[in-house]
Amino acid sequence: MGQLLDPLLIIGLALNFVALGVSRIRGVINAVAAQGMLLGILALFVHPGVRLRGILLVGVMILIKGFVIPKLLIHAMREADVQHEVNPAISPITSLLLGAMGTGLALVYSYTLPLAEEHQHLLLVPASLATCWTGFLVLTTRKKAIMQVLGYLILENGVFLFGLLLLEAMPFLVEVGALLDLFTGVFIMAIIVHHISREFASTSTEHLSELRD
Amino acid sequence: MVYLLVLFPLLMAVLTYALPSERLRPWLLPAGALVHLILVGSILNQAENAPSVSGLGGWLLLDPLGKLVLGFLCLLFALCSLSVPGYLAQHKERSNRVFCANLFLIQAMMTLVTMSYHLGLMWVAMEATTLASAPLIYFNQSARSLEATWKYLLIGSVGIALALLGSFFLAYAMLKAGRGSTLRFDELIREAPYLSSAWLKSAFILLFIGYGTKIGLAPMHTWKPDAYGEAPGVVGAILAGSVTSCAFLAILRVYQICNAGTDASFAREFMVFIGLFSMAIAAVFMAQQRDIKRLLAYSSVEHMGILILGVGIGGLAAYGSLLHMINNGLTKGALFLSAENIQNSYGSKLTGQVRGALRRVPISGVLFLAGFLAITGSPPFGPFISEFTIAKAAANEGQFWACGLFLLALAAVFVGMGATVLSVVQGEPPAETPATPYRERVGTCGPILLVMSLVLLLGLFIPSPLESLLREAAASFEVKR
Amino acid sequence: MGRPMVWNTFHLVVTFVLPPLLLGVINRTKAVFAGRVGPPLLQPYYDLIKLFQKGSIFSTTTSWVFWAGPIAGLVTASIAALMVPMGHALAPISFDGDLIVVVYLLGLGRFFTAAAALDTGSPFEGMGAVRELSFSCLAEPAIFLGMLVLAKLSGSTQLSTMLGASLGGHWGTAGTSLAMVLLSWFLVLLVENSRIPFDDPNTHLELTMIHEVMVLDHSGPAFGLILYGASLKLFVFASLLVRLVCPWVALNSWLGWPAFLVGSVAVAVVIGVVESVMARLRMPQVPVLLVAASLLSGFGLILLVR
Repeated sequence: MGQLLDPLLIIGLALNFVALGVSRIRGVINAVAAQGMLLGILALFVHPGVRLRGILLVGVMILIKGFVIPKLLIHAMREADVQHEVNPAISPITSLLLGAMGTGLALVYSYTLPLAEEHQHLLLVPASLATCWTGFLVLTTRKKAIMQVLGYLILENGVFLFGLLLLEAMPFLVEVGALLDLFTGVFIMAIIVHHISREFASTSTEHLSELRD
Repeated sequence: MVYLLVLFPLLMAVLTYALPSERLRPWLLPAGALVHLILVGSILNQAENAPSVSGLGGWLLLDPLGKLVLGFLCLLFALCSLSVPGYLAQHKERSNRVFCANLFLIQAMMTLVTMSYHLGLMWVAMEATTLASAPLIYFNQSARSLEATWKYLLIGSVGIALALLGSFFLAYAMLKAGRGSTLRFDELIREAPYLSSAWLKSAFILLFIGYGTKIGLAPMHTWKPDAYGEAPGVVGAILAGSVTSCAFLAILRVYQICNAGTDASFAREFMVFIGLFSMAIAAVFMAQQRDIKRLLAYSSVEHMGILILGVGIGGLAAYGSLLHMINNGLTKGALFLSAENIQNSYGSKLTGQVRGALRRVPISGVLFLAGFLAITGSPPFGPFISEFTIAKAAANEGQFWACGLFLLALAAVFVGMGATVLSVVQGEPPAETPATPYRERVGTCGPILLVMSLVLLLGLFIPSPLESLLREAAASFEVKR
Repeated sequence: MGRPMVWNTFHLVVTFVLPPLLLGVINRTKAVFAGRVGPPLLQPYYDLIKLFQKGSIFSTTTSWVFWAGPIAGLVTASIAALMVPMGHALAPISFDGDLIVVVYLLGLGRFFTAAAALDTGSPFEGMGAVRELSFSCLAEPAIFLGMLVLAKLSGSTQLSTMLGASLGGHWGTAGTSLAMVLLSWFLVLLVENSRIPFDDPNTHLELTMIHEVMVLDHSGPAFGLILYGASLKLFVFASLLVRLVCPWVALNSWLGWPAFLVGSVAVAVVIGVVESVMARLRMPQVPVLLVAASLLSGFGLILLVR
């Protein structure tokens, strides 16, 4: 079980780079959805002895992250009549290189954090920190509102990746609460994207720069 | 009993949402707030280990710190809610259903934050306040408030996500040390010395940055001017007074854990630095500020910096910080409400169009001026006492650089803010000011008068129950020598 | 490992006979996917024979560089093919550090092709040369990082040892790294041989070409040499991939050679499939994919070193 974990984490990291490099928004949505579903599958691998509660959580997570949220975003895109290009503020190659640099730093930093015995050789902590960094990068360097939401989703994926280490020990309440907040947050963000498009006839947040000092 | 404190505002929120009458709805707010205040007041007198102040298997607990923040929250909410009917009466063109219901929802979630004795539960409640307050900022549905809401939601959510990661770090540190896998504060504090310091430090930094985003410290403060600037005055008052206090509570709890751990001196130095940095940023941006509400937002950034600075210095300054939390919250309430009145009267909030408030809206103008004097630390108002305590404690602890920079920043803020405020209140109203339906009435000015008199009271005399509660709370994160 | 002289001769024969068949297999696969019958598998041989029977036309504006291009391409690809181990344990030419020589021999061939293109003075060829060279620059780290992974695993810098039988054992322990190197090298194969998604070999629009436009002005035997040299280059890369996936062919030459031949044809089929299901990338996106290929190899290396 543990041997299959590393390749899956590599796929998760690869999805980070896909999100950084592709030029169509639908591509990024698919990458983020795939990452969400991967997270659910990973949960089953990290804790093989999981009971019904864990399986239920995994199922809900796959459903929400893999299907519901992407459908919501695509619906918002269609309503807002968004153009399908990403239009980042920095070129895709710079994004890829910054993402690679961040992943490298995450690897180095996670060496300084002492891990428990059973998690010693896992890529989990570096993968989680690298995903957080990728999410932050997408959030700050993309101008379209939908891309910023996707960056936030990648950041949340990174946080949950770390949370997988605590799946058995962590109380159910917080996991569900966190998932619920994520859903509500994205729901509200989708509504706001709709309002943005209605107000400005575009969802580029370049228009959201009137308030300044 | 402790469940009732959260369930009651939730119930009121549902009731408010369901009530069809637009005219009656605003009046539910002061009514519900007062009842909530009475409920809270009856609980505050209980001892710490009384059964009625804990619940959910120890996940909910009202310790002195929690009691302090909770009592202050409910007081501020009650006072602000008194001005809601008056405000909504002037904005009848929009439905106030979501507005009123969400105000109760925020109150419920903030109550939950103060009562949470579990790191995860506190996180959930903070996230809920972020989500509940977003529609409130968007109340007047203009393009600018949309931009403000978007930035608020995005930056706030990123901060909350980082705070969640920090909470996970702490939980993992507990797991690794084999000390059980709980996130309850008392257990975290007890086990802190045995946790690996690398995890503890990383967790503290993440949690501080995450909750610091909510509180509006520099450099995570960029959402504040926009959000406070575009939100209605009542919302600004509640955000600046209550929500920031809740986030401050969260930071304090995190600091408690770090303090109980190996060595928290790095945390204190970090907090002193960020506190002074926030004050400096605020001072810079307050100069030449043309928008009165954005001015207040930067003032909020400055005072959050003061709060963090006080905690970082420790000792008596921590007591001063807690007192300042109350003073600042009340004064901000008064400032935001009076600024809202001025804006409603002039139809604008820019200093180009707003002049001579003392003539056009005398009561609100005087209160605005008084609020300015209070917030910049003039005696005999409350903030003077708390800021003086912090400065004195800094000098006592030997932190002369911090003390000096603190006083310098205060002076810079006084000058910068004063220029704007004085130009707003003095002089003659411009001839082209439009006639607005706003009138100075009991509904619009009464609550502000109440709040300012409380601020004045706290400057002259601190009631002894409050004093003892403050001391108990400050003692809970006493610096280990 | 058997009688080296026999196997080396067989290696030579395969090297000079097989490559055009790979081109035929690719075209046939694409035809099958498209529902057509397609050209016969031996069509490239017929094309070469036809070309060698024609006369050459050299433009008066070109110099010796123009006909040095095809010749250099053929020679470098042949020598490189002699240094890559195929169906048996040792390649005919094998020494320490030959991995660098192989890559840069191919680079030398590429240099002369580009020089020949620039020699014509035509803007189309110049455009193609620029694109080809810049894409190859980006692909270079991918090859070398992959080579580093293999060198680290096998502890030697001889291609024959790096891709030797011991690699089979390493697939078990460092499988993830090797899989990443495999994927990255496949992308390098596609870019170095101008296949989709980097370049469309079937396009007739000069502005969209990369490799095709560089050889636009060659005719007759010179063009035949270019086609043949290109197929040799494809064969070299395909051999690297086959040996990466099936290193156990080095164990027994009698079984290894047939397996290797089947593997090469399989690689050609995979290329054909990729060409059929994908469209060509927009030009600005090609560098992104190449950087991603380099990052893949890089991370394979990091995983190994961790």
